[in-house]
Amino acid sequence: MSTAAFRTVFGSLDDYRKGSIEIIQGEARHYAFSNIFEVAGQSAPYEKVVVGLNLGYVIETLRADGQSPWYTAAHDEFAISVDGEVRVDFLKLDEPLVEGDGTRLAGPQPKGRPMGYVLLKRGHQALLPAGCAYRFDSPRPGVLLVQTILGPLSVEKWADICLK
Amino acid sequence: MAMLESLDTSPSFAADEVEASLPDSVTGYRSFRLGAFTLSRDEYFVRIQWPAKGQQRSHLIPADAFLRATMRDVAWGFFYGWVNFDDVIGTRNHYGKVDLYAGTFNGVLREAGVDYTERFETPKIMATFKAILRDWTNAGFDPFAAPEETGSAFGRKKGDNLEAIERFRVATRRMPGLPDDSPLRDDLPVNRQFADVPQDEPEIHAAEGFEGELHAFNLYKYLSRSDVTWNPSVSSVCKASLFCPTTEEFILPVFHGNDRVEWFLQLSDEIIWDVADKDDGSPRARITMRAGDICAMPADIRHQGYSTKRSMLLVWENATPNLPQRYESGELKPYPVEF
Repeated sequence: MSTAAFRTVFGSLDDYRKGSIEIIQGEARHYAFSNIFEVAGQSAPYEKVVVGLNLGYVIETLRADGQSPWYTAAHDEFAISVDGEVRVDFLKLDEPLVEGDGTRLAGPQPKGRPMGYVLLKRGHQALLPAGCAYRFDSPRPGVLLVQTILGPLSVEKWADICLK
Repeated sequence: MAMLESLDTSPSFAADEVEASLPDSVTGYRSFRLGAFTLSRDEYFVRIQWPAKGQQRSHLIPADAFLRATMRDVAWGFFYGWVNFDDVIGTRNHYGKVDLYAGTFNGVLREAGVDYTERFETPKIMATFKAILRDWTNAGFDPFAAPEETGSAFGRKKGDNLEAIERFRVATRRMPGLPDDSPLRDDLPVNRQFADVPQDEPEIHAAEGFEGELHAFNLYKYLSRSDVTWNPSVSSVCKASLFCPTTEEFILPVFHGNDRVEWFLQLSDEIIWDVADKDDGSPRARITMRAGDICAMPADIRHQGYSTKRSMLLVWENATPNLPQRYESGELKPYPVEF
């Protein structure tokens, strides 16, 4: 029996192997199949590219590279770092957003009290609480997943990212 | 369990509605009646019988496969839509009532008119399935585990494994690890196939006065300690959007036909999905997903996954209640995006 240890394969911007669809009947595009590392590799820093859409709810892939704008939302959002290391700073807004769906820009210098920051490595997930502002910072290119609702910053470009 | 609402699945709930025989004098197993269905097992097989066209019809499923499928159906509270145990037998969730069917979603059997469906109140079918699991799961067999991790389901009745089939179910309201929310898994050991997954937690630096308001955890560590396979469990909630990651090894014990669109994001390693027509079971596609791949499962298909190495999968569900009717009426297309 082999004693070689199991190796868990994660993807990264520099190292991923996209899968495939073998169609028997129907159309490949109905599966909206993309790879988040490929998408992030082709995106501008912090471009919120929609890779999953379910009746208004979205999963977005962001290329984490340098400092992002301040964001806010009227509902909880979540971020998972899937490649690289990212710092997330939080502000308790003096005037929190209370209406609307999806991520909004909070302005260049939102008014609020610094709540602190979290440092995310690969596989780490952070809560982005409703009504707070948050900002990402990544010294080297990385990849983030954001669970949120389709908003004014969401970018849909399915034909560019999906298998057809 | 990937739904916001939760069912009472305690062993005693609706137990008085279970129709069970005395133990068989040879095999030691009880048989069960559920409406016009009879379910029994022997050393190797589960036998399901039903009436159609004036005859008794029957179908055999290997006992290990049957128990793995039933385990998921029970743990998920009948889940979303169709849970096919195989090409013949399965359940359809109507959220309060549940159909048990034989051949109804098999093109050939349905065409021949030998299929049968009966609808049950959820507590009755749940209590019966739980009683079946308790009676038919022997000591040493864990129907929630991958084959390499557990013993045999076969042979005559010997003991039971109540601990394995009555695991505490995780219901997450916002995110695991928050006060008054589901716990992290620091008490569970790292699975042998995730021994190389880093176990460090994110650094949280809360400013004075905001202690406890920032929250983050190591999702991959959390998944590396999952003690079950193929069991989507909620890890973050954005209104009706539920992230339900799970760890997968061997074969998804059911062929899931959803009553809505769901999405898969492969977080590690590789899964191959067999995709077939939801109504008649004819093959449609075979999808290979590797780390970073994301794809939709349309609302008109059924799917079953194969994972050689234990892998991490994010299952993403929209738990909005009225979706089945909106897909069935044609208001919503079965696939999520057009481009």
